[in-house]
Amino acid sequence: MCRLAAQDPRIVLLTGDLGYMVMEPFQRQFPDRFFNAGVAEQNMIGLATGLAEAGFLPYTYSIAAFAALRPFEFIRNGPVMHNLPVRIVGMGAGFEYGHAGPTHYGTEDIAVLRTLNGLTVVIPADPAQTTAAMLATSKLPGPVYYSLGKDDRAVLPELGGQFELGRIQIVRVGRDLAMVTMGSLAREALTAASELAVHGIESCVAVVSNFNPDPVDDLADLLANHSQVITVEAQALSGGLAACVGTIIASHGLACRLKPLAVRTPPDGTSGSQQDRWRKHGLDRASIVSSVLTTVRAAYP
Amino acid sequence: MLSTLDKGLYPNAIRRLILDQSKRANVGHIGSCLCVAEILAALYGEVIKGNPGDPDRDRFVLSKGHAALALYAVLRLRGQITDEELNTFYCDGSFLGVHPERAVPGIDFSTGSLGHGLSIAAGAALAARMQESRRRLFCLISDAECNEGSVWEAAMFAAHHKLHNLHVIIDANGQQAFGLTRDVLNASNLNERWNSFGWRVSEVDGHSVSALVNVFSSGSSDSAPHVAIAKTTFGRGVSFMEQGRPLSQAHLPVHPINWHYLPMSDQEYEIARAELERAR
Repeated sequence: MCRLAAQDPRIVLLTGDLGYMVMEPFQRQFPDRFFNAGVAEQNMIGLATGLAEAGFLPYTYSIAAFAALRPFEFIRNGPVMHNLPVRIVGMGAGFEYGHAGPTHYGTEDIAVLRTLNGLTVVIPADPAQTTAAMLATSKLPGPVYYSLGKDDRAVLPELGGQFELGRIQIVRVGRDLAMVTMGSLAREALTAASELAVHGIESCVAVVSNFNPDPVDDLADLLANHSQVITVEAQALSGGLAACVGTIIASHGLACRLKPLAVRTPPDGTSGSQQDRWRKHGLDRASIVSSVLTTVRAAYP
Repeated sequence: MLSTLDKGLYPNAIRRLILDQSKRANVGHIGSCLCVAEILAALYGEVIKGNPGDPDRDRFVLSKGHAALALYAVLRLRGQITDEELNTFYCDGSFLGVHPERAVPGIDFSTGSLGHGLSIAAGAALAARMQESRRRLFCLISDAECNEGSVWEAAMFAAHHKLHNLHVIIDANGQQAFGLTRDVLNASNLNERWNSFGWRVSEVDGHSVSALVNVFSSGSSDSAPHVAIAKTTFGRGVSFMEQGRPLSQAHLPVHPINWHYLPMSDQEYEIARAELERAR
């Protein structure tokens, strides 16, 4: 952010009163371009809309659930309807705020914001891809939503920090199965793929890092070459990655069976670490392996 | 004589266009449009400065977007849209819908969802300050719109940041979509509420152009944002609308709410038009 702001005087940073130990460098370096909007996410998006209309490039920051869900309608009627370059950053994708509980989970932000035509949705899988994605999208004329992971140690070296709008990244090749994933779960999926290789199943692992435009051509090419695909995401089943992949399969008439791994059950009052939540929702490495083995055995008895 | 009137921005000229277009399109929201005629006449005739192409021109946000037809009437009288364009109001494929769209010349912000406009106006006012521009922001909201929590989020921000280039006008007509504001969520003490949020508050007759102009031209050294609570009458200018009487539908109870929804019959239109002619 500081690098971008040093190059672009239009950049303004707004926070919804969050970002302890994250915001301070920007605040120190650009005190005139930093505003704490308070715990008021709707107003924060409204402010950003007014600032963007006047020629600024505002970034808003909060926890994904608060950044995306509370002000959803302000995002729709503001930056999207006015086609203004507001950048909305949602931190703590999926179950990253594990012990904080379900109010803090980012398990619908991508699915919900994907419905807004005109809003580019970016889901980096690791810090290097986050940097690449922010640089690649900073000059887009329309609005962007970033669903970010907060763990700097969760790196995916196979990705090499690659990011391209409308494209997917293949981080592992394999002929038996396509595995399509996004966000910090990409690492879990890749580990599962290595374990599946021990069972003699070679998976092609693809990372989706942006929607609107959806990577339709890349996914259609991938799915045309596989009879089975498993999607792995820490998002609600409806509207997220599985919905995108399923639509491509159906609309292209592809002979590919979809096994979607996603969040399917309502909150039950429990909380736990991210790993615990992945396990609970069948998204951790062991669950992915087990789902694939079941699926493959059913297909090739 | 005010230059407002020299420019042809007579409140009743605005009202005539509102009635003509509402009748042609056979739509409602007439009461909400009629009651802001003086507010818009004052703002666009006297208060708002700068030519349409000037980046430092004052900006207006019609947060009570359902009064867009009144704004279209003003834009027509100012020559920013043509008769042909105005006659597309409510037509399929037109930019002139029931709520304002920024695609229309003279409209900077699309609105329609109550509680949205003030936060945009606050952001635009902040932008003006950061750009060291003298432009001001005017935002028209309704008293019922103050039901929305987001209005108060924006009010807190604007006061904290001393956005004295931001002026809010509350169309206090006492009416909302399903009843009287005092019966729905009573906020009769709007003055105290805004004052306690750190705003400079004026109260003004919302049907006096000169009083409205005065409220916005009386300069203040105050660093607080400014809100003018403009007392208005729903359906102002057409007696049976002010009284809440639907002449053609005698079975409906008498209530101001009727003219939030009803389109006019031929008879109602003739009577309303005649009243405006007599009031010239």
